[in-house]
Amino acid sequence: MLQIAIVVIIGGLAYGAVYNAALNLSRAHIASGFGFWNNTAGFDISQTLIAYSASTSSFGRAFWVGLLNTLLVAGVGIVLATIAGFVIGIARLSHNWLVARLAGGYVELVRNVPLLLQLLFWYNAVLKSLPLLRGSMALPGGAILNNRGLFLPQPVFAANFSTVVLALVVGIAGAIGLNVWARWRRERTGADPHILWPALASIFGLPLIAFAVAGFPLHFSLPQMGRFNVNGGVEVLPEFAALALALSVYTAAFIAEVVRAGVLAVSHGQTEAAQALGLRSGQTLRLVVLPQAMRVIVPPLTSQYLNLIKNSSLAVVIGYPDLVQVFAGTVLNITGQAVEVIALTMAVYLAISLFTSVVMNLYARATVIAER
Amino acid sequence: MKRLATAFALATALALGTQAAPADTLATVKQRGELICGANGTLAGFGMPDPQGNWTGFDVDFCRAIAAAIFNDPQKVKFVPLTAKDRFTALQSGEIDVLSRNTTWTLSRDTSLGLDFPAITYFDGQGFMVRKALKVSSALELNDASVCVQQGTTSELNLADYFRSNHMSLKTVTFATGEEALKAYESGRCDSYTTDSSGLYGERQELSEPSQHIVLPEIISKEPLSPVVRQGDNQWTDIVRWTHFVMIDAEELGINKGNVDAKLKSDDPETRRLLGVEGQYGEALGLTNDWAYRIIKHIGNYGESFERNIGQGSPLKIVRGLNALWTKGGLQYGPPVR
Repeated sequence: MLQIAIVVIIGGLAYGAVYNAALNLSRAHIASGFGFWNNTAGFDISQTLIAYSASTSSFGRAFWVGLLNTLLVAGVGIVLATIAGFVIGIARLSHNWLVARLAGGYVELVRNVPLLLQLLFWYNAVLKSLPLLRGSMALPGGAILNNRGLFLPQPVFAANFSTVVLALVVGIAGAIGLNVWARWRRERTGADPHILWPALASIFGLPLIAFAVAGFPLHFSLPQMGRFNVNGGVEVLPEFAALALALSVYTAAFIAEVVRAGVLAVSHGQTEAAQALGLRSGQTLRLVVLPQAMRVIVPPLTSQYLNLIKNSSLAVVIGYPDLVQVFAGTVLNITGQAVEVIALTMAVYLAISLFTSVVMNLYARATVIAER
Repeated sequence: MKRLATAFALATALALGTQAAPADTLATVKQRGELICGANGTLAGFGMPDPQGNWTGFDVDFCRAIAAAIFNDPQKVKFVPLTAKDRFTALQSGEIDVLSRNTTWTLSRDTSLGLDFPAITYFDGQGFMVRKALKVSSALELNDASVCVQQGTTSELNLADYFRSNHMSLKTVTFATGEEALKAYESGRCDSYTTDSSGLYGERQELSEPSQHIVLPEIISKEPLSPVVRQGDNQWTDIVRWTHFVMIDAEELGINKGNVDAKLKSDDPETRRLLGVEGQYGEALGLTNDWAYRIIKHIGNYGESFERNIGQGSPLKIVRGLNALWTKGGLQYGPPVR
């Protein structure tokens, strides 16, 4: 009964706030509503993962472009930060004095400097150290690097490229099958068959053979030097590189500490028991320590992922067109509809964060030790 | 994230039902004892604090003129530096009383933001700056170029329009502030930097080697720059509008900072009405009758402010052009005080 009353009160307050805002907006002669959504945007965006043109696309389309850019940089940042964080966290526990001190120094240096400064550092370091357009660096394979970005050859797929994809799928399935077989054998006989090379052969060899059989159905469109810019190819903007780098370097320091805490939470007796069973130290880490450490690692790791996603909105200072820059920046300014735009932007970040939490919680549930 | 904070504050204020903007701005300003003016903060000649922290510039002088009219003291102004993105939200939320920050008057801004544009203080147009070394002499040669631009400006939209209508392709790099955009241009991230041509002259002075950069001849847009006030407070709108007009009229009548005291004894009826010797024109605005005298005494007429800040008396050396008086072939025209 009390709960129902609370829900009703909160609902009433929310309705009141919306009603009041609408009333005040009309009193102040400020346009309201999402009527602008389908109007032509008219401004240009430097990185678009979906088709977008200033002349024909709508504000709604600009919203999606910004959202995808946010997801891209957050996704890349999370992957890089996780890899670096695990490596550094484990390195900090190393018995090698130099490795442990280097990892410790990294953590202390990086996590004690504000992210905004690091971002500006990386952006200016990246921009200043890269050659100007005239002195572009030609990289092997036809790639071009200058302060406008990294321009990679763009793969162009012929029609029968699908056979290669099919071969890759079969290859991966084969590798998984091999793994299942190896585990089955290990559990039955105790022998530990080496399947690394056959598995790699299955994953990479099969597609290569298919590629040759299908008559090499792939060529690359190389970036070309124009008068002002490099055209064609896949473009990696320096803004993107700086933001992804800053986010992953910064978050990796925190993840490293989370990992260290998780590993230390596993009692030393477990390690000793594993060594007594004759497991090598790599195996001990991989098979005994990390699976138990994951229970402790995952919840704070989730927080770090959420921080990284939200920190990606610092893109605005270096001109990377993320959701905040494109939508809560340019679109807000052109339409002047601060209430709608800010509310929607907050809702999007909330949704991304909740989704990340749900996924991580599902994973955490999977890592819970089965009690017998 | 000041910009977000401002937008958020506006959203909260609107949702919680407090009146977002005080209705009687003049009374609020008088009670507070100072005018709060939204200004640029980084644009030489228009609005920037000098090394001693004193705000100077053409747009800054306009706010000082309003303060002089109200308080007889041009120092009673607090300047709030705003980026192009923040400026309208700050005004809507009541954080500032007037926005004097090289802002273009457009139809959509006039109608959908709840704001009014009282008078055009500067007729401007958008241009491009490039390095001399590029050997470009016209904006039409910029096909395929990277252009740095500040976010939330009409420049951002004109840029896309211009390249589209001339069938040229474009790579835009958008920054939150003009400073960042300019810095990126200087580091070679972009081939060109674009903003209002008045701004180009001002910002070129901030580059390490101004002589290595040129402003291209094309003016690709109309940028009527105006101060901005909230819609619905007509008395305040009138004060801001007529502050500009009396500065124009004073120039036309030959009244300036130096001779304004002598002109008080003038027989010319127009001069006598303007300076408040005859009539009750100041009181009709809610001010004192000598309000225009105070403006001229402290700030000077339109031409003086122009030459001192951006014209021949400044490093920018912008010519009057469209901003000359209507009697001298320009567009600046003040309605009569009567």
